[in-house]
Amino acid sequence: MAFEGLADRLQSTIQKIRGKGKVSEADVKEMMREVRLALLEADVNFKVVKDFVKKVSERAVGQEVLKSLTPGQQIIKIVNEELTLLMGGEQSKIAVSNRPPTVIMMVGLQGAGKTTTTGKLANLLRKKYNRKPLLVAGDIYRPAAIKQLETLGKQLSMPVFSLGDQVSPVEIARQAIAKAKEDHHDYVLIDTAGRLHVDEALMNELKDIKELTKPDEIFLVVDAMTGQDAVNVAQSFNEQLGITGVVLTKLDGDTRGGAALSIRAVTDKPIKFVGLGEKMDAIEPFHPERMASRILGMGDVLTLIEKAQSNIDEEKAKELEQKMRTASFTLDDFLEQLGQVRKLGPLDELLKMMPGAGKIKGLNNIQIDEKQISHVEAIIRSMTKEEKLRPELMNSSRKRRIAKGSGRTVAEVNRLLKQFEDMKKMMKQMTGMQQKAKKKGGFKFPFNPF
Amino acid sequence: MSFFKKLKEKITKSTDSVTEKFKEGLSKTRNNFSSKVNDLVARYRKVDEEFFEELEEILIQADVGFDTVMELIDELKMEVKRRNIQEPAEVQSVISEKLVDIYNSGEELSSDLNIQENGLTVILFVGVNGVGKTTTIGKLAHKFKSEGKKVLLAAGDTFRAGAIEQLEVWGDRVGVETIKQAEGSDPAAVMFDAIAAAKSRKADILLCDTAGRLQNKVNLMKELEKVKRVIEREIPGAPHEVLLVLDATTGQNALIQAKTFKEATNVSGIVLSKLDGTAKGGIVLAIRKELNIPVKFVGLGERMDDLQEFDAEKYVYGLFAEQVEKADL
Repeated sequence: MAFEGLADRLQSTIQKIRGKGKVSEADVKEMMREVRLALLEADVNFKVVKDFVKKVSERAVGQEVLKSLTPGQQIIKIVNEELTLLMGGEQSKIAVSNRPPTVIMMVGLQGAGKTTTTGKLANLLRKKYNRKPLLVAGDIYRPAAIKQLETLGKQLSMPVFSLGDQVSPVEIARQAIAKAKEDHHDYVLIDTAGRLHVDEALMNELKDIKELTKPDEIFLVVDAMTGQDAVNVAQSFNEQLGITGVVLTKLDGDTRGGAALSIRAVTDKPIKFVGLGEKMDAIEPFHPERMASRILGMGDVLTLIEKAQSNIDEEKAKELEQKMRTASFTLDDFLEQLGQVRKLGPLDELLKMMPGAGKIKGLNNIQIDEKQISHVEAIIRSMTKEEKLRPELMNSSRKRRIAKGSGRTVAEVNRLLKQFEDMKKMMKQMTGMQQKAKKKGGFKFPFNPF
Repeated sequence: MSFFKKLKEKITKSTDSVTEKFKEGLSKTRNNFSSKVNDLVARYRKVDEEFFEELEEILIQADVGFDTVMELIDELKMEVKRRNIQEPAEVQSVISEKLVDIYNSGEELSSDLNIQENGLTVILFVGVNGVGKTTTIGKLAHKFKSEGKKVLLAAGDTFRAGAIEQLEVWGDRVGVETIKQAEGSDPAAVMFDAIAAAKSRKADILLCDTAGRLQNKVNLMKELEKVKRVIEREIPGAPHEVLLVLDATTGQNALIQAKTFKEATNVSGIVLSKLDGTAKGGIVLAIRKELNIPVKFVGLGERMDDLQEFDAEKYVYGLFAEQVEKADL
């Protein structure tokens, strides 16, 4: 039931027009139908899709197909570029007031993740920018919302300003800013209650807080899973409050997140951050090109590359590569590699980022259990040096010893050895493929699903 | 009399509070309902491709989902041909009829809760983060309590900061007891305790809260399976209901949510929350059709009594009319 990505969708259309030098109007029309569908399934708003498809069609017709690309890839390239463009500049900064404290207001619907995001932002401000934020518990309506922020404050060892739930949020904001000045906080983050954009009384309350605190930023927090209604919500909050940016939450789920595009299109305000989990450091700057790939279902190659770059020791990687090529890859190297890969983050997330990963049979439903990897590590660590270098030495008594040493079963030891053998075989094949591809002039990495 | 007229009459005539709530929640919908529909059809002289295209847009904007919409449009086209309908006005009734049909296709499923006549009824609440599980439990506790039942709450969200307190506040508000352990404890252990407490206090209803979790987090889904297993083991036949809470603003991802949570916990019904906004949660049509999970309740606000039993006809009425109104702008 998982939705097909655009790359998969275009597959059949592309077969028909392979090898053409120019993209004809008919080709574009046919492919745009698929683009439209992919975007709708990603929850991009209907009207936004309409405008977008029109724009892309105009650009695509009559385009020369680049040598290295097929017409289908060419279309995806254009779609991807336009999408990225539409989603605007990247890595937005947080405003700094020249008269501290800088005030940030967090607003949004119920359950979007405002309180969690408030905590994450405060953590980011302290960690990355060396700031001293004050958290303000302005949600007096939802039961235990104040307690939630206080708990987060405690986790972060950060002060939380609260006057309980009997004082109006406007008054809370007023006193909080006075307190921030007194204690020399340079940032004030005001959490507010979730509310519907059509709730006049509560929207007026936000206007009052804005009027009083003159915030430098008003962040609209939006659930990435939001459907067609995202445009109404964003437009309404923007019109009434003049938001300065958007934080997209719960992007660690499997939603395509088309809401991002809708919001950007109707408000023209930047998406500044994305939330990627429940931990306080699970927040990242927004990258339009990654979001574009995600909406199109093309995998988030760039994130993967960037993660790999920042986490993998280049020397070691080279060494490993050399070993793979010469097939002198041992269980020790395997252990090393596992360690490297694990540094990149949860494995299923990595897998999700791979383009075309959904198309490899059996891989789209694969669930990687982190625990199992620990088991594999334990098994390998229970081997002698000799065994790691020459797994062919393995006999049943050795296997039994390893199983005991690692606390796993002999069957698991066997499975691992089998997997290792398979892996070695695969590596041989892959190095063969790579060399061939090099001769052909190489493939364009992000566009290789075909 | 056309279907719409019948529907409208049915709704305006009945004065019970349920309908009032529905009307209040979907107020933007109801205003000038008939004139709005008339506007749509008045713009078209005949039932042609363009007319269907606009209809398609209206439904997609209600998050009904592309596949369901296409199916509906195809059926409509056939029906229009079969009945030889020329006037757009006549199509109105067929549209709504077909929407209700889609919802009611498949097995007959009642939206009533499976409440045990004698002994304890256990209801487990599941869903992704921020959909309104705890709030829904508070509202449902209120409903059961006012029916004279003895209700107990189990604070199974031991993960999110402040979640236990949130449920406790609801418990105090409604006047029912909350069984809890410390933050960070094993949710399955909380359920074990809660069931023991419910048995010894001879409670009628035990409402079990769980932490919100995204459906692609395998370990968290396994944890949820364990919670359910513990309940099953303690009381044969329990949980008697597993309710998936869905946020009405959620788009197509809701279908994946429903599928994955069903696989993990055999979801028996849906609570569609936050339907008092402008979102309509049209994806429940696809969920009903493809996964055969009925909607049992809708959340229409933040007050204790803002939870109503689901009524397909009323829902479709709101779904469609609201979107027509939007399309008009």
